[in-house]
Formats: sequence, structure tokens, C-alpha cells
Amino acid sequence: MTTSARAESAASVKKTPVSTRRRRSILPERLHVHAFLWVVCLIVTFPVYYSVIVATQTSSEVYRYQFLPGNALADNWNIVMNIANLGQYMLNSVFVTLVVTIGKTILSLLAGLAFVYFRFPGKWIVFGFVLITLMMPTEILILALVRLVNGFGWGSNDSTAYLALTVPFLASATGSFLFRQHFANIPAELSEAAQLDGARPLQFLFYVLVPMSWNTIGALVVIQFIYVWNMYLWPAMAVQGQERQVVQVGLRTLVSSDTGISFGPLMLGAVIASIPPLLVFVVLQKQFMSGFALTRDK
Amino acid sequence: MSFQFPILIIATLLGALYMALRFRRLRLSIPLGAGVGAVGGIVGSLLFMLPLNYCMFDPERDLIDAVFGVILIALGMAIILIPSALMIGSAVERRRNPNSESAGGARQGQFRGLVAPFMLLLPTLIILALFLYYPSLETFRLSTLLTRLGAPRSAFVCVDNFTSLASNTVYLNAFATTLFLSVAIVALSLALGLLVATAVFQPIKGASIYRTLLVWPYAISPAVAGVIFLLLFNPTGGIINYFLNNTIGISIPWLNNPSAAPWVVVIASVWKILGYNILFYLAGLQNIGRDLTESAAIDGANAIKRFYYITLPLLSPITFFLLITNTTFAFFDTFGTIDYLTGGGPLRATTTLMYNIYEVGVTNGDLGKAAAQSIVLFALVIGFTILQFRTAGQRVTYGA
Repeated sequence: MTTSARAESAASVKKTPVSTRRRRSILPERLHVHAFLWVVCLIVTFPVYYSVIVATQTSSEVYRYQFLPGNALADNWNIVMNIANLGQYMLNSVFVTLVVTIGKTILSLLAGLAFVYFRFPGKWIVFGFVLITLMMPTEILILALVRLVNGFGWGSNDSTAYLALTVPFLASATGSFLFRQHFANIPAELSEAAQLDGARPLQFLFYVLVPMSWNTIGALVVIQFIYVWNMYLWPAMAVQGQERQVVQVGLRTLVSSDTGISFGPLMLGAVIASIPPLLVFVVLQKQFMSGFALTRDK
Repeated sequence: MSFQFPILIIATLLGALYMALRFRRLRLSIPLGAGVGAVGGIVGSLLFMLPLNYCMFDPERDLIDAVFGVILIALGMAIILIPSALMIGSAVERRRNPNSESAGGARQGQFRGLVAPFMLLLPTLIILALFLYYPSLETFRLSTLLTRLGAPRSAFVCVDNFTSLASNTVYLNAFATTLFLSVAIVALSLALGLLVATAVFQPIKGASIYRTLLVWPYAISPAVAGVIFLLLFNPTGGIINYFLNNTIGISIPWLNNPSAAPWVVVIASVWKILGYNILFYLAGLQNIGRDLTESAAIDGANAIKRFYYITLPLLSPITFFLLITNTTFAFFDTFGTIDYLTGGGPLRATTTLMYNIYEVGVTNGDLGKAAAQSIVLFALVIGFTILQFRTAGQRVTYGA
């Protein structure tokens, strides 16, 4: 449909009485929609609401099924932080996630710069080399990866655990393509002007391209932060010591008890472990939506 | 060995025939195509056979090994021939219509230097080669070995690790479980995602508030989702049973019952992924806009017809994208949920292929068998993606 035809049809919608009649009759339909969305919101929110409530309760309170906060928040906090050592796990997760997210973003920016602003022999081979890795989920090759990383001596003790958790994930095909796509839509005049002014490629990247790419960077940060923070199988397999374990796996210490699970501390741990990714997601939601490739043709 | 020669000849002829037909359709020289195809056929048939040295055709091996060998040869030829045919086709297309050059090629304003781009790409390439390509190839090598975690020695067992899967009931059970979980999770999360996104897209007050309230579980990890649903569904006093008991007087031992436990995994996974689907469907609906559906409404199409004939086809690229991401999620990311929720039980009812690989490779330490299972899963993912591209790809509508 051409733009003029679309404008025409939009105009005709405004003019015809049909649309005003529809608007009036839509009112009960909208109440209907509100009711439906209320129910869905309730169902989606309830599990987390209940988890937060249980996080403040003693075991006996949990089995009385109350929907109001209990009195055991301080006790549960004590168990979670001092006995289960969740504070250390949180610090580990924060460190690992920040290193991987920042590293991935920088390496992807460099790769995007090379793909769009340079002409070099074998470009499409290099491009294909990166593209194919999109079809290689880490989970498939995780056994061989563990052997490789342990062969380097990474992950076997506390000082090398961070290496095993970060280095294999520093490159990102998704990120490289996201930036390649984004840079390709930036007018070429910009880099010509920058070159006339004597800018070197990295100066052009950090002073011109990066300030124009905050939405894309924000989208990549959201995806990667959540991906890395939520990793479970890899840290469980690659890190042997407990001292440098990430929080997703560290929660296990709250589950495995001989006397049955005490849900108060477990849920407090789960809630604490979910705060950083939720925060990043809520803060960068707009960037996530507008920077993502889906909306690129607009 | 006498059988290698006939196999090579058949592969050469088949490759030559395939490429000759391709070249004829492209209106290129047919003998040239036959030559290219012959080379491709030889290379493709050797792709798996060179490292394996035709071991599955040895006289003392079973028939199933030989069948697997033929499949591997065919697969190798497909991997070499089909992409080459596609690349030749697009190269010819580009040569004939030089105007439709892609944006990357004729771009102005590029920097000079041949070393600089490689320096920029080097860190990415090294990490991808070392931590993705090398372990992939290593997984293929491990899959032909009888080897244990931490053991210094290993023995070559040809394709036994693969062919033994066909009679491995534990493995077949995990296969069925994975299929069930994937179909249930993907179907439910896509249908619900579309339904809710359509509702949020209605011109209602507070739509953005609803959106924010609905999408955030995307940020919650599969592991934490497992913990949360363990709280809701646990057999000794989960709140769901408390509700059910008080309202309709039944109580289901959710996590102890082999036919109920997979559904808890489905519910937890759908709950976690739903927000993601809503987000993408909403973006799709916003891209489509309301113009088309409103003009159809003027033409007298009712809401269901508008949805079915206009909205749904225009959303197909997004459905297609979500189908692949949700299937990958169901295959791999459910691991964390299952590990906290059921530990693969009861009676292995929630042991997926990925969970089984973990048990075989790590818990039992049988690296060769686990590697073979990984490769089958890898093939499933690739095969599913290609199938989607071929079937859905033709019906997908791009652009509004």
C-alpha cells in the first residue's frame, strides 16, 4: 500500500460516520478487554507476589497460607546472607555479568565497524564465519567446552573461576549483526566528513557512532545482561569451588537440606537473585524495544 | 577396501546430476555444472567418511551401522552441494542485475587499510574459533569414542554411540518428553502471547501500564521460575493444592505424579516466556498499524475476519521468529527450571534430551555417549530451523 493511499484511507476513516458509530459501540467491548487484562495481570503477577510474601514468613506461617507479610524477614535474611552465603554469590554474578556485557558490547561495536566501514578481502568468508555461530548453542558443545576450559586450568579453583565464567562468552554474533545493521543505515556522508576532518576509525567509532547508537547499545545490554545473569548450566558445570559460584546455582544451597525445604529463605534468595535483571529490564525497556532489529524498517 | 570406490563413483554421479539440473535452471553451461557437481559430490561424501574411514561398512558391523553410514554420506553431500548451489544462484543473479547490489557493497566513505579491519575483528574471531568452533568439532570427535570424564585413554567405536540410541529406552523416553514439552510450551506461549498482545493493542486507557505489568517475567531466570513454581506446586502444602482442595475438594500430587509433573514444567515455562512473546507481538501490531484493519472494517469485515485475513498474515514474520526462539528456549533453557522443580523426575517424566545429556555426560561421566546425544540434538535444532524456513518461509508475508 502506498503512503498516499494509506493517508487517504486514514482520512476516510476520520470522515465517515461509521467510525464514530463504532467508537460509541466499542465501550462495553473495552470493559471486556480491561477485565481480561486484569485477570491476565493477576495470574502473571501472583507467583512473584506470593514469593515476596513467603520470603518474609516462617515455615509455620507458610503453611497457614497467608497473603500478608510475616515476621521472619530478618531471620530469613540472616539465613540467606550468613549461612547460605548468598551475598558472595550475588557479588560474583554482578562481576561476571558486568564483565561479559561490557566486553560483548565493545567487541560487537568493533566488529560492526569493521564490517561496515572497511573493504577487505575475504569479507564474506569472515561474515559467514560469524553468522554460522548463531546456529551453535553453547549447550550442545558444553561437554567439550568444559574439557577445554578445565584443560586451561580455569574454573578448578577460586582464582580462575572468573576466567571460566567470562572469557568464553565475550564475543557475540548477535551483537555484531545488530551493530552492522545499525551502522549500515547511517548515511555514508558522516564517515566521509569524519575522514576529511582526519578522524581515525576508533575515534569515529567512539565520538560519532556510539553517541548515535545508544538505543541499539541499550537493547544489546538488556539481552546480554539477562542472558548472562540467568546462565545456569555452564556455571554449574564449569566452576568447581563454591566461593566463586554465581547466584543462580548458589540458590541450590537453600534447596538441599535434609529436613525438607524451608521456603522462607529460599524465596527470599530467589527474589534477591531476580532484582538486578528486573532493574535492567525495566530501566532499559524503551531502548530494548526501539533498538531491536524488529523495528528497524521504521 | 573394495566398497569405497563404488561409493565415490555414485556420489560423483549424483553430485554431477544435481548440479547439472541446477545449472540448466540458471541457464548456465550444463557440462560445467556436471563438473562442479562431481567435485562437490566427492568432497561432500568424504566430509564425514574421511575422519571415520568408512568404518560403518566393515563386514563385522550391523546393517543399522551401514544405513547410518549412507545417511551420513547423503548428509555430507547435502551440506556441500545445496549451499554451493544457492551461492552460485545468487552470484549469477547479482551479475545479471548489477543494479540491485546490496547496501554493504557499493558503500561510500570507507576507511583505508587492510590490517585495521582484521585487528578490529581479531578478538571476536579468536573467541568464536576457540570457544565455539573448536568445541563443536571436538564434540564430533568425542561422539566416535568410548571415553570417560577424566580418563586418560579412549577407544574408537565408530558410530556405536549413535546407533545404540535407537534401542536406548531411556533416551527415547527423553526424546518423547522433549517433543511433548516443546510442542506444549511453544503452542501455549504463542497463542496466549498473541491473544494478550491483541488485547493490550486495543485503544484502551492504561495500555502501557498493562504492558509493563505483563512483560517483566522475561527478566526472571528459568532457575528462579523453577523455584517459584516449586513453592506453588510442591506436594507438601503448595498453595495451588490448597486452593483446589478448598474450592473443588481435589488435591493433585503435582510433582510426584509422572503425568502431572510435565505440565508444571509447561506452566512455569509459559509463564516465563509469555512476556517476551507479548512484547514482540505488540511491536509487530504497532508496525502494522490500524489503517488496514480500519479500512477493512469500513468494507464490512467483522473482527474475526479482520484478525484472520489481515493481522495474522502480517504478523507471520514475528510468529516465525518467535517459533524458533521459543523452541530453542524449550529445548535448552528449561534445564534450570527442571533442575529446581523436579530434578528430571518423577520416574524420569521430565527428563528432556538436554537433561539426559547432562546426566549421561556429567553424572555418569560417559562423554562419548553424551557427545553423540548432543550432536543429535544439534541436528534436530538445525533441521527444525531449516524446516521452518522452507515451510513457513513461503507463507510468511514481509512488510506491510
